[in-house]
Amino acid sequence: MCLAVPGRVTETYRENDVLMGKVDFSGVSRRVCLEHVADARVGEYVLVHVGFALSRVDAAEAAKIFEALAELRQLGELEVP
Amino acid sequence: MKYLDEYRDGASAKALAEAIARTARHEWSLMEVCGGQTHSIVKYGIDRVIPPTVELLHGPGCPVCVTPVEMIDRAHAVAARPGVVFCSFGDMLRVPGSRGDLFSLKARGADVRIVYSPLDALRLATAHPDRQVVFFAIGFETTAPANAMAAWQAKRQGVRNFSLLVSQVLVPPMLSSILQAPGNRVQAFLGPGHVCTVMGTHEYEAIVERYKVPIVITGFEPLDLLQGILLAVRQLEEGRAEVENAYARVVAADGNRSARTLVGEVFEVCDRKWRGIGIVPKSGLRLRYEYRDHDAERLFELEDLETRESPQCVSGQILKGVKKPKDCPAFGKACTPDTPLGATMVSSEGACAAYYAYGRR
Repeated sequence: MCLAVPGRVTETYRENDVLMGKVDFSGVSRRVCLEHVADARVGEYVLVHVGFALSRVDAAEAAKIFEALAELRQLGELEVP
Repeated sequence: MKYLDEYRDGASAKALAEAIARTARHEWSLMEVCGGQTHSIVKYGIDRVIPPTVELLHGPGCPVCVTPVEMIDRAHAVAARPGVVFCSFGDMLRVPGSRGDLFSLKARGADVRIVYSPLDALRLATAHPDRQVVFFAIGFETTAPANAMAAWQAKRQGVRNFSLLVSQVLVPPMLSSILQAPGNRVQAFLGPGHVCTVMGTHEYEAIVERYKVPIVITGFEPLDLLQGILLAVRQLEEGRAEVENAYARVVAADGNRSARTLVGEVFEVCDRKWRGIGIVPKSGLRLRYEYRDHDAERLFELEDLETRESPQCVSGQILKGVKKPKDCPAFGKACTPDTPLGATMVSSEGACAAYYAYGRR
């Protein structure tokens, strides 16, 4: 229920003085309220829950777990006799 | 799908599971707070790839599950009125109240509609000024901004035929209540990732400070969950208790301040009853007096119904991590997703329903 899904902003516009936009979720386009992620730009990813964008996806932070995993793998290899 | 598929990679999951096995030298019990996390854990078998010394307890974070029966009955009473269009998220429609569920009411001719967003319900109200459009505003802090936005816009645009039936709940008071409960087994929490996109991590600092229990803000995909478990186990083994953020790609320490301001403008904190658990002080939100014209509980006179839960159901203890679905004699027998006896079976994010769906019987 609290699940939110990342999608790519494809369009932004104002409606009744509120920032709205179209967000693409792997081919499915939805009307989303962007008012509270006001600095999100077309092409960027936002996290959307029930038609409301909660936050922007930080690409640098998103990559960190894979950097940590690369280190883990090296550690794992070192431990293999 | 970008930012989803790569977090389901099997080889990476294996590397994380091995790291957890290398780290865990003692027995630990962690609770994942969110129903969405429980669903992923059971679906992907996360609890089976980590060492048996690390036990996952399933938390209370399924808003559909914890919505009290009285509120379902109120929804039923409002939706049955002539002239009402009753809108809800789809997963609330099958939850049985003492007069049946909303789906069967719809089958009997009531205008009950599933919407994707409260903002879609507001649009319906604008399109049908002759009808009363009521939205069933349930959820945690994650859903509060969207519900608040719908009420805020309705008030500003003067959409007088739009109201909310509010049953909003808050996570931190429930976590404190779990830690204080007799028989508590929780030694660390995997914190609610999407709630924290709005609220940030500060409220959780206070819980860590008071109870000395690690809280790792965690996402919902397999790698997110394994990373959260690894960080929590590492803290426990090192004797630390801190708030750590394992979901920083969407959670900022300060959350979403402007969304929070909107929520504070529309809602105020109140006591709320949680299904299976009872009343928890200051654990919910209700509309402020300024929004009374959009408050379904004020607009429709609703009698207070006495409801009773099945005496067999142990969902209250499951929601607090004291029991597991298999500890219940009714699980999978008298109690199934088609005939749920209580909170943890009524939604696919409830622990009992997830166990049932993925063959843990």
